[in-house]
Amino acid sequence: MVRWFGLVGLAFLIFAIVLIIIGKNPIRAYINIFSSTLGSAYGLSEIVVKMIPLILTAIAVALPSRIWLINVGGEGQLHIGALFATGGALHFSYLPAWILMPLIFVLGFLGGGLWAMISGILRARGWASETISTLLMNYVAILLVNFFVFGPWKDPESANYPQTAEFVGAAILPALGGTRVHFGLVFAIVSLIIYYLLLSYTRWGLEMRAIGNNSEAAQRNGIPIARYIILLMFIGGGIAGLAGMSEVSAIQGRLRPGISPGYGFTGFLISWMSGGNPLGMVASAFLLAIIISGGDILQMAHGLPGSAVHILMSLILFVVLGRSGGRRSAK
Amino acid sequence: MIGSILGGFLSGAIHSGTPLLYATLGEVIGERAGIVNLGLEGVMLMGAVAGFTTTVLTGSATLGVLAGGLAGGLFNLLFGFFVITRRANQLASGLALMFCGVGLSAILGAPYIGSRMEGLKEVRIPFLSDLPVIGRVLFQHDLLVYLAVPAAIAIGWLLFNTRWGLGLRAVGENPTAAFAAGKNPYRIQYQAIFIAGVLGGIAGVHLSLSLAKTWAEWMTAGRGFVAVALVIFSKWHPVRAISGALLFGGAIALQLQMQALGVPVSPFLLDMLPYLLSLGVLVVWGGAGRRAAPGSLGRVFQGTE
Repeated sequence: MVRWFGLVGLAFLIFAIVLIIIGKNPIRAYINIFSSTLGSAYGLSEIVVKMIPLILTAIAVALPSRIWLINVGGEGQLHIGALFATGGALHFSYLPAWILMPLIFVLGFLGGGLWAMISGILRARGWASETISTLLMNYVAILLVNFFVFGPWKDPESANYPQTAEFVGAAILPALGGTRVHFGLVFAIVSLIIYYLLLSYTRWGLEMRAIGNNSEAAQRNGIPIARYIILLMFIGGGIAGLAGMSEVSAIQGRLRPGISPGYGFTGFLISWMSGGNPLGMVASAFLLAIIISGGDILQMAHGLPGSAVHILMSLILFVVLGRSGGRRSAK
Repeated sequence: MIGSILGGFLSGAIHSGTPLLYATLGEVIGERAGIVNLGLEGVMLMGAVAGFTTTVLTGSATLGVLAGGLAGGLFNLLFGFFVITRRANQLASGLALMFCGVGLSAILGAPYIGSRMEGLKEVRIPFLSDLPVIGRVLFQHDLLVYLAVPAAIAIGWLLFNTRWGLGLRAVGENPTAAFAAGKNPYRIQYQAIFIAGVLGGIAGVHLSLSLAKTWAEWMTAGRGFVAVALVIFSKWHPVRAISGALLFGGAIALQLQMQALGVPVSPFLLDMLPYLLSLGVLVVWGGAGRRAAPGSLGRVFQGTE
């Protein structure tokens, strides 16, 4: 834990030097970022709102990574989950909430899951590395969402805005306690608990560890590796799909472009930072949620481009990799 | 009419394929030395922004190209530090490099958004450029386009006909054996990473100085990842990369032509073409081509202690 803080501190220090070089005052910037996020109940609740998709997309990366699969497609899986959920919300709006809500949930999971499963199948058959295929499919997914919101699903009443019609009340995920924090928090916590129990206490977790440690030996012992690859990509993608589903159903109330400021990519970072440890993922998601909010503050109050905060994210990943690289990659 | 459309399409394919070819060549060199670099996207962005700002400030596109290449090479050394010296995971380090490049280039380029400059000039080859269709397709381009194919051939020669190339490939196949044969894997990999970065930087420069003639945040839009897919298509051979780059340049040019002609297909669907084509290429060539991959690609040389 101490080491984790040390590494994060080092990344903040290097980013401060970058800020000084480009003529910004890092102390003012950091005070701004932390006071507006941690200094008020509202700021904190907004951090929790951002942590929900971050934890979900982090699990989407962490779960397949147990058997050395590198899923960099969280962003795309999130978008397709949102797309499927939106399809359900728009086409079955006449259903009562107790059917519609579970339906949207399942559709969101299916969308992200099937999208990721394509990469899983390609990998299991030995046709294409899941790393590069998930990366490329992010772009396709985002374009697909744009196609629908600019085209067939565009709300005729929203003259120039590319967005779908607003969801009916029955398709809106309830908020908790008067804030924007929504029921997706329960998805995130339950997913995290299932993730932990699955890995620690089940036969599947054991078999996954066997594949991760020595896939050849695992294969000889009759563990169906191909099935694990496809299934873990499906479940991981599905969990990322839930992030997309809860963003459209709780935060936006409709589908529009730009539903995610790179949550999927940030989830990848969180998974690597925490080494797949569930509590580490929560702590890292908390930190990264602050950094994402910090990006908006740097943009509005300090005149920096919004993606400047990507530097800070990359620095965190670099210091983590630079420390643990040798051990982690020695399979 | 048909000739003009076809000429525009082929000329566009060559023009759009050029940055992909430079980027792919860079990645081929890196991967031949055993290093996968998913950060190519960030390297291209650094090249693009360095080339653009230098050209705006000095008025010289030549200096811009040099600055872009140098920026790409130096930036890629950062990646080298993590994957070679610190022995970190290559795929994760590559993504970190991509993020770093996205953010840094955004900061560096922000003051120059909307700046105007002439960019790389078209060099018309006398007489040949006046030929019907062929003249426009082949002989009305900027210097970087003319240099792309010779660069591919030169890199092919370097890799397969020189001692340096032999050493580099040996490191990529089996660094321990190369070390036993008296090579220094670290030094060779750093050299490969630097050259790969220079080529990636030049790819970015061609985007900002010739294709777009402007700077925009994240203007590479995934072309770095497409280039990584192209390496597999080209079976890690520089000369085969030419046909791959043309194919993808063709996809981009087709999409632009269809939009210009007003074909009633959503632009978002047309934009998917290059990515879908990359995936298709991976599936068709990826499985069969794996035997052509360098033996220790992506693995970490653990030293000799």
